[in-house]
Amino acid sequence: MKKVLAMLLIATLVLTMFAGCEKKEEEKTEDMTVGFIYVGPIGDGGWTYAHNEGRLYLEEQLGVKTLYKESVPETQEVETEIRNLIDQGAKVIFATSFGYMDFVEKVSKDFPEVTFFHCSGYKTTDNMANYFGRIYEARYLSGIVAGLKTESNKIGYVAAFPIPEVIRGIDAFTLGAQSVNPDVEVEVVWTYTWYDPASEKEAAVALLDGGADVIAQHQDTAGPQQAAEEKGAFSIGYNTDMKDMAPKAYMTAPIWNWGPYYVEQVQKVMNGEFESHAYWGGMNENTVQLAALTDLAPEGAQAAIDAAKASILDGSFHVFQGPLYNQAGELVVAEGETLTDGEMLELNWFVQGVVGNIE
Amino acid sequence: MINMKKRTAIKPSQSILIRVTAVILAFITSSLFIALMGHNPLSVYSSMFDGAFGTHYRIIETLKVAIPIILASIGIMIAFKMKFWNIGGEGQILMGAFMATFFALQFDHLPKPLLLFFMFIGGFVGGGLWALIPAYFKEKYDTNETIITLMLNYIALKWITYLQYGPWKDPAAKGFPKIANFSDQAILPKLFDLHIGWIITLAIVIIISAMMKYSKWGYYITVIGESRDTARYSGINIKKTVISAVFISGGICGLVGFIQASAVEQTLSVGLSAGYGFTAIITTWLSALIPMIIIPASILFAALVKGGSFIQTAFQIPNSAAEVLQSMILFFVIGSEFFAKYTLAWHKKERSIK
Repeated sequence: MKKVLAMLLIATLVLTMFAGCEKKEEEKTEDMTVGFIYVGPIGDGGWTYAHNEGRLYLEEQLGVKTLYKESVPETQEVETEIRNLIDQGAKVIFATSFGYMDFVEKVSKDFPEVTFFHCSGYKTTDNMANYFGRIYEARYLSGIVAGLKTESNKIGYVAAFPIPEVIRGIDAFTLGAQSVNPDVEVEVVWTYTWYDPASEKEAAVALLDGGADVIAQHQDTAGPQQAAEEKGAFSIGYNTDMKDMAPKAYMTAPIWNWGPYYVEQVQKVMNGEFESHAYWGGMNENTVQLAALTDLAPEGAQAAIDAAKASILDGSFHVFQGPLYNQAGELVVAEGETLTDGEMLELNWFVQGVVGNIE
Repeated sequence: MINMKKRTAIKPSQSILIRVTAVILAFITSSLFIALMGHNPLSVYSSMFDGAFGTHYRIIETLKVAIPIILASIGIMIAFKMKFWNIGGEGQILMGAFMATFFALQFDHLPKPLLLFFMFIGGFVGGGLWALIPAYFKEKYDTNETIITLMLNYIALKWITYLQYGPWKDPAAKGFPKIANFSDQAILPKLFDLHIGWIITLAIVIIISAMMKYSKWGYYITVIGESRDTARYSGINIKKTVISAVFISGGICGLVGFIQASAVEQTLSVGLSAGYGFTAIITTWLSALIPMIIIPASILFAALVKGGSFIQTAFQIPNSAAEVLQSMILFFVIGSEFFAKYTLAWHKKERSIK
């Protein structure tokens, strides 16, 4: 027995030494290092996955060195992790969750030589830009698919936090669904989490039990998709193409494409041309898209989407153009008016047809 | 087959040998794991050390993690000395943070030293009262304190969640559930680049070790821990001693909450306790309930956490893999406790040959 143990030990030692010699750490010589902090694990198949795809694209295009840190909670931890990344050489920081905002703002003032990019918030400083995408455009299109598909005229929407970003998505989705099916209702459940597969799935199950036959989501995982598949219902994903995660339910998803923006901005920082800004790219900039429809999508959906998409792209139609009514049926945006970017960034009311409360 | 025998006594040299072997085994096993991921174990280890102690900044960051672990361990140690299994450090930290936050949010017009003093007292009382609940039930109805302290953690957690998502939600955060940041008045100042929680921690370690060693109260605690019957026979007021000791135990954990809320988070959030209440149980055990050993043990633990986090970015090792490494090292070190208490005898079994 002791002999066996001894042999095992020796084998282990030899193996590790061998492995050590075999692979040398690849040192990148470029002096630009870019750090990313993510709210979930890369393997979430959603939000963080999409940002990580952007990071890989950035590495590939510019050959810069990148660092990342996964699963950073929206607490003081953010500040610590950003400082750690800077300590490890990062000159540009991408912080990719709403709740990181105040911490990024604070650190940006301590490190004027570092450039910060915060995703999905509304604050900027001299060296901190804010970026996001007009995902509501793609959500409107996904609403059309859901509106055509539903038979119970009840669509469930699993949503993370009652913040403007999420509310805007729900409103746009509902307007899209109503554009093809005026009787449709969108029921919202808040999970108060970005990343928690179990509770997201549970929320979807509750909506399905309540009579919904299509599930949409503003969450980082495919939990709600799987709930829909298990209940024999249909689903609209988010963030990335979620076809493989729920092949019997998934129809399409509003998806992100961060790579081009990351490349453009890091290039600017390297050239010393960076200017603080609030970026909000839409379908025209290709920052957001609607994923390809699967066979489960209803008939006529592609044509309806193409038409709506064309009118958004050429500017003849805006998702938030009047007349728009709130849940109480009051006219909020009159005919001929359109919400400004500022108003959309602060949006805090549901349109008529949404079932649920903010807060 | 293997037989297990309890050791009667263990020589210091043996005890050291066991622990050193455990650490070496831990590193060898982890090396295999690292090698499987395609990295050089030696460079990963050296970079873990570098990540924890490599620069002035990193040392400060490691100490920032060590402070709550040290303080919570000291608190838990007092209860453990009496064989009162306080698994509720996590909840006591949160309730201490809650009371400190109450003062920080409601009385931010007070001068800074006064406000911090109130927050300090609030933190202590908050954690202490939370620990009194299981102590009271144990002494009154002989309930199991392990279960009650553990369960109270979740109640505290849900209470903070309620505050964060409900009445204390910052209206300026536009629907995002967070409690407002403290004003500068409520934030602990720094000394030598590190918030003065380190001075509070050092002072408490010294006071508590002196009290355990030289005071009558400390002596009572030790006697109760050795044998309740002996304590009763010698006329010690067990109820009073246990309740006061558990109050102080919880109170010190509550101070962790105060320090973390004031100096680190600068607000209250559900993530504030960050598992320190559980981590402290491990470090308390590892230090064999000796206050002065708690400090190095906690710093080493903090280094493991920081080093693990460093290699994540340095080698692009996934979060979960870095945690596996940490756990593996812990597993061996804690597992070695078993060999310090028991010895194994190898029996030759007659083999039946077919």
